[in-house]
Amino acid sequence: MSSLVPALLQVAALVALLALTVPPLARYLAHVYSAPRHLAPERVVYRAVGVDPDADQHWRSYLTSVLGFSLVGVLALYAFGRLQQHLPLSLAMEALPADGAFNTAVSFVTNTNWQWYSGEAALGHLMQMTGLTVQNFVSAAVGMAVAVALARGLARSGAQGRVGNFWVDLVRGVLRVLLPISVLGALVLVVLGVVQNFDAPQVVGTLADGSQTLTGGPVASQEVIKELGTNGGGFYNANSSHPFENPSPLSNLVEVYLILLIPLAMALAFGRLVGDRRQGRAVLAVMSILLATSIGLLTWAEMAAPGAAPAAAGGAMEGKEVRFGEAGSALFAATTTGTSTGAVNSMHDSLTAPGGLVTLFNMQLGEIAPGGVGSGLYGMLMLAAVTVFLSGLMVGRTPEWLGKKIGQREMVLVALYVLATPAVVLVGTALAISTDAGLAGQQESGAHGLSEVLYAVTSAGNNNGSAFAGLTTGTPFYNTLLGVCMLAGLFLPIVFVLALAGRFAAQHRVPAGAGTLPTHKPLFVILLTGVALVVVGLTFVPVLALAPIAEALQ
Amino acid sequence: MESLFTLGRHTLAGVRALLVLTLLLGVAYPLAVTGVARAAFDWRASGSLVTADGGRTTSYDDAVGSALIGQASSGPEWFHPRPSAAGEGWDPLATGGSNLGPQSAELVATIEERRAAVAAEEGVDPADVPADALTASASGLDPHVSPAYAALQVPRVARENGLSEAQVAGLVEEHTDGRTLGFLGEPRVDVLALNSAVAALRD
Repeated sequence: MSSLVPALLQVAALVALLALTVPPLARYLAHVYSAPRHLAPERVVYRAVGVDPDADQHWRSYLTSVLGFSLVGVLALYAFGRLQQHLPLSLAMEALPADGAFNTAVSFVTNTNWQWYSGEAALGHLMQMTGLTVQNFVSAAVGMAVAVALARGLARSGAQGRVGNFWVDLVRGVLRVLLPISVLGALVLVVLGVVQNFDAPQVVGTLADGSQTLTGGPVASQEVIKELGTNGGGFYNANSSHPFENPSPLSNLVEVYLILLIPLAMALAFGRLVGDRRQGRAVLAVMSILLATSIGLLTWAEMAAPGAAPAAAGGAMEGKEVRFGEAGSALFAATTTGTSTGAVNSMHDSLTAPGGLVTLFNMQLGEIAPGGVGSGLYGMLMLAAVTVFLSGLMVGRTPEWLGKKIGQREMVLVALYVLATPAVVLVGTALAISTDAGLAGQQESGAHGLSEVLYAVTSAGNNNGSAFAGLTTGTPFYNTLLGVCMLAGLFLPIVFVLALAGRFAAQHRVPAGAGTLPTHKPLFVILLTGVALVVVGLTFVPVLALAPIAEALQ
Repeated sequence: MESLFTLGRHTLAGVRALLVLTLLLGVAYPLAVTGVARAAFDWRASGSLVTADGGRTTSYDDAVGSALIGQASSGPEWFHPRPSAAGEGWDPLATGGSNLGPQSAELVATIEERRAAVAAEEGVDPADVPADALTASASGLDPHVSPAYAALQVPRVARENGLSEAQVAGLVEEHTDGRTLGFLGEPRVDVLALNSAVAALRD
C-alpha cells in the first residue's frame, strides 16, 4: 500500500521539522542546565523540598539523590497500584497484584514503561494521570540530569568530583523544558483528535444496532509526555496505534517528532556544555547515521513484505493501521526502538522478520540512536570513550578526550558500563528460556518464540518498553524477572556514568597535543559508529542468529 | 552506616520533591489541559462522537460511536471494516492486534480463510482481495479500509440497499481521504461515516 515517494517525503518533512527546532532547543537546553539564576517558582520548590539549590554535589552525593528520589518513586507508585481501588476516578478497577504493582512501579520510574497490563482494563484515571504521568515527566528529567552531569564532568577542571546539583537539574528539566512543551503538545494533539476527559467507559448503540463501550480519559496530557520523555507507556493496550492516542497521519508525524526532539537536541547541547559545539555535532552525526539506517532498513522490510503471512495477504498489514500504512508504521517502529521510547503504532510481533530484527538491534545498541532523552547522550558518550581509548592504543599513547585522560580507572568504569546491560539481557534471556515459567509465556514456538522472549528481556534491560506482545508476561515470573532487569539495566549504568563524571571533573585539563585524536572530525564519527556496531555485534549476533535471523532465512 | 544515613536524608528530600511535583504534574497539569481542551475543542476532547446521520455531538446518549473508532458492521447491507483482534472484535476494553508472527502457520491459515470468505461474499476473484481485508489491525479499532477494499464492497452494498452502484461508488469517493498534504499516511475510507451516508441515502 505504501509507495516510495510519499514514504521519502514523510521522512523529509520530519527531518525539516527537526532541523528547524533542534538547534534552538539545544541552545536553550545548554542555558537551562548552566544558568546560575533560579526562577521564582523554582525557589518555592527548593524551599518545599528542603534543599540548597546552590550546593554543588560530589558525584556520590548526586548519585545518592538520584537513587533516593527513584526509590521514593518506586514505593509511591507501588502503593498507588495496590490501593487504586480506594481512590477517586478508579473506574471500579481492582488493586494490581503485588508482582504486577512492583513491575509497573519499576517500569515507569526507570523510564521503561513496559506494560504487562491493558490500560483500559486495569487502571483507573487517577493511577494513569497522577501515578504514571508524573513518573513520565520525572524519569525523563532524571535521565537528562545524569547526561548533563557527565557533560559537566568533562567540561570542568579540578572540580574535586563535583558535577552539579541533582535537584536543580531535576526541577529545571521539568519546569523549563518538559512541562511547557507538553502543555503545547497536548493541545496540538487534542486538536488532531486525541481524547482528553475524565469520563468513565460509556456504552453507545452502534449504527449497525450493536453496542460498543467508548473509553475516554485524560489521554492527550499523558500521550505527549509519553513521546517527549521517550517513555512509551500507552494509556491503552494498543498504545499509539489506538485512534484515541494517535488518530491521523499528522498526529503520527507529530508523535515521531516529539520522540526525537530532545534526544537529538541533547547531543548538540552537549557540545555547548563542553564549550566546543563541534563535539555535539559529531555526536549528532553518529546518532543520525544509525537512525537513518534503521528507518531505511525497516521501511524496506515492511514494504517488501517477506515471510509466509505477508505473502499470503499480499502485504505486511497484520498489526498495522490503514491510516499509517507500512511506511508510517516502519518510521514509528525505528524511532521508538532507536530511542528508549517503546511506544508502538503497529504490533512489533507481527513485523516482518528483518523488520523485527532491526527493532531488536536498535535496542541492543544500548538506546543510542538517538536513545532516551538523557540515556541516549550518556550512552553515546560512554562509547565515545571506548573509541578514544581504542584509538589511543593504536598509536601507543595514553588516550585523552576533551583534555581528560582516559586511564585505567576511567576505562574500568567505561568497560563496566558497556558490559552491564548486555549481561542483564543475556542472563535474563537465558533464565527465561531455561525455565518452564519462562517458556510458558511464548505464543509461538521455534525461532519466533525465542524472538518474543529475547525482545522482552532486551526491551526491559535497555529500558525501552515495547514488546513482541504475543508473549504472555503478566505472570509473577515475568513481572519479577523483567522488573529486576529494568532496575539493573538503568541504575547499574547510571552508577558507572556518574562515577566517571566525578573522575573527569576531578582531573585537571591537559592541553591537546600532536597525538590527540580530534573527536569532532568525520574520522571520529566513522570510528564511533563502527565501535557501536562492533560492540553490539560481538555481544548479540549469536542469539540474534538463533532468533530473527533464523526466522528471516526460513 | 553513614551512607545509609545519607541515603535516608536524600530520600526524605525525594519524598517532598515527589509530593510537590505530583501536585503540579499529576493534578494541575492534566486539569489545566482538560479545561482548555474542553473549552476550546470540546468535540475532540469528548472523543469525536458522531450521531447516526454523521453529525457531531458531545453527548454519549445521542452518539452511535466515535468518528475515530471503528465498529462492527457485519450485516450484508453495510460496508465491512477490517478484521479486528480486539476482544471478540471491536472491543475498546480489550484493544490490540493478533501479535501473530510473519511465519505463523495459524496466521497464514486465517488469512486464507478470510480470503475465501471475502471473495465469496463479494463475488470476486480471491486474488483481488486486498491485504487490509485479510489482516487484523494493530489497535483492533481501525476505522478505515483501503479504497480497494471499499470498491470491492460497492456492488453488494448497492444491491442490498436497493441503490445503484454509481450512487454507492459516489459515496465511497466522498468518504475517501487521500494522503494528508499529499504524502502523509495512506489513502483511506472512513467506514462509519460511509455507512452513515449509505443509511441516509437508503431511508
